[in-house]
Amino acid sequence: MTAAPAPAASRPRRRIPAAWWLLLPGLVILAFAYFTPMLWVVRMAFNRFIGGGGIDVTLSLDSFVEVFTDPYYLRVAGTTLALGCWVAVLTVLVAYPLSLFLARTTSKYRGLITMFAIAPMLVSSVARTYGWMVVLGNQGLINTVLSGLGLTDRPVQLANNFTGVVIALVQIFLPYAVLAMSSGFGRLDADLEQAAASLGANRFTRFRRITLPLTLPGVLTAGLLVFVLAISAYVTPRLIGGGRVFVLAAEIYDQATNQLNWPLAAALSVMLIIIFGAAIGLYQILQKRVERRMSGL
Amino acid sequence: MNRLVVVAIFAFLWLPILVIFVVSFDTSTFLRFPPQGFTLDAYATVFSTPAFVSGLWTSLIVAVFATAVTLVVSTAAALVFTRSTFRGSGAAQAFFLSPLLVPNIVLGLALLLFFAPLGLTDGYLGLVLAHVVLCIPYAVRTITVSLTTVDVSSEDAARVLGASKLVTFRRVTLPLIRPGIVAGGVLAFLVSFDEAIVSLFLSGFAVTPLPVALLDHMETQAGPEVAALSVLLILFSLGVVLVIERVLGLTKTLRS
Repeated sequence: MTAAPAPAASRPRRRIPAAWWLLLPGLVILAFAYFTPMLWVVRMAFNRFIGGGGIDVTLSLDSFVEVFTDPYYLRVAGTTLALGCWVAVLTVLVAYPLSLFLARTTSKYRGLITMFAIAPMLVSSVARTYGWMVVLGNQGLINTVLSGLGLTDRPVQLANNFTGVVIALVQIFLPYAVLAMSSGFGRLDADLEQAAASLGANRFTRFRRITLPLTLPGVLTAGLLVFVLAISAYVTPRLIGGGRVFVLAAEIYDQATNQLNWPLAAALSVMLIIIFGAAIGLYQILQKRVERRMSGL
Repeated sequence: MNRLVVVAIFAFLWLPILVIFVVSFDTSTFLRFPPQGFTLDAYATVFSTPAFVSGLWTSLIVAVFATAVTLVVSTAAALVFTRSTFRGSGAAQAFFLSPLLVPNIVLGLALLLFFAPLGLTDGYLGLVLAHVVLCIPYAVRTITVSLTTVDVSSEDAARVLGASKLVTFRRVTLPLIRPGIVAGGVLAFLVSFDEAIVSLFLSGFAVTPLPVALLDHMETQAGPEVAALSVLLILFSLGVVLVIERVLGLTKTLRS
């Protein structure tokens, strides 16, 4: 906190602090278009759907029972979880060497290189998903190259399935992961690594004992961020999944707008938020453990 | 070896974006690679597709209003978070940043269910409100950062010399934090302009922003006109970012 200017002591007291007036517009908008709707959605999950878009305002667990017992929805939740885990792990693995490079490089173009790593974030995700449709499709770039080289006689199925969605999401979330990691890589100190080297540690030992522990908090943050983004992704699974990859986000949209079953859509959202909360809880446990090990060094 | 890995990662990162550029000049009308010939037809198609043109206008209008509201609200809030000792400041700040943590699909559903009975769906007001919520975290963050990096002693000096709080803000603080406000505004504009999911829930027949129009279009066809529109969108955001980078150093603002 920076020093605050002197409070208005000269004014008559018992007036509402200026802070409240400054916060008020934001609080009103957030209360109306964010907080209340979020509570509303939870309340909606307890209503009962009576077909044809009708909703019986009541307190029932029907929608939750359906969501948590129907094998179809459990499978959708499983696919969503698997997607989140695959994308988070792979994105972190790809982003890690890139972030290390950006943290260590002494090139005078460092700013420009960093921008090249982050700029794709600002490219519409619909546009990038389209790019991947062209790359991964049966008549796309990869299959043209593979068959041109005579390596395959049939197109490799890369689009319209889970693999394609994972590949595209890894690329789409890569800049987010790089940003999240880089901000945690400040602790990385070239002197420490050099000291270890001069004391005879080989590259592998240096990485395991110094670089990795110092960068682990950033890695965890990036992993959480990407997981959270991946389990709520809608556009990419819908377009690249080609109607074969069913995730919670697509199911929520379908129930809300096509089936008009709002209680079920709300219950599915609650399920997504529970997965979300679990991920954040796990993150905090891991982060605490890492911090403890670090301070024990 | 290391360098090779980094080059490969950059290739992976930029491959789909480069492919879009190539395909946008293709003469073939369905999804394939390599292109069959060179033409600018796809770009002409973009501008003769009514859904795209009206979508562009809708997106621009929503983004401009959302950005304006976001900046006013966020600057006021950021002042409290950095210049006030008021008790609930930390909690309020967490609340202002928290929409970032809510999955857009859940927020979209929540807004549909809450706004539909109020008649706020399929209209500008509902879209702008929703986008303001999505943009606030970005703007609050960048403006807070620039407020904390600005030296408070010049503000104190102005106060000591008798300037009122309002004058101090307008004549001293505001010019000093202008880079932060511009950066926050650019981020807000781009977030709003690119928002697809929340808009998908809130738009219907009357008001359809560009990303939603594009998604609807891609449901049935994915020819080079999609690539051409994507290229235009990419050039638009890269242009905005490059200008800002030249003027202010956006990467610095983002990383600090």
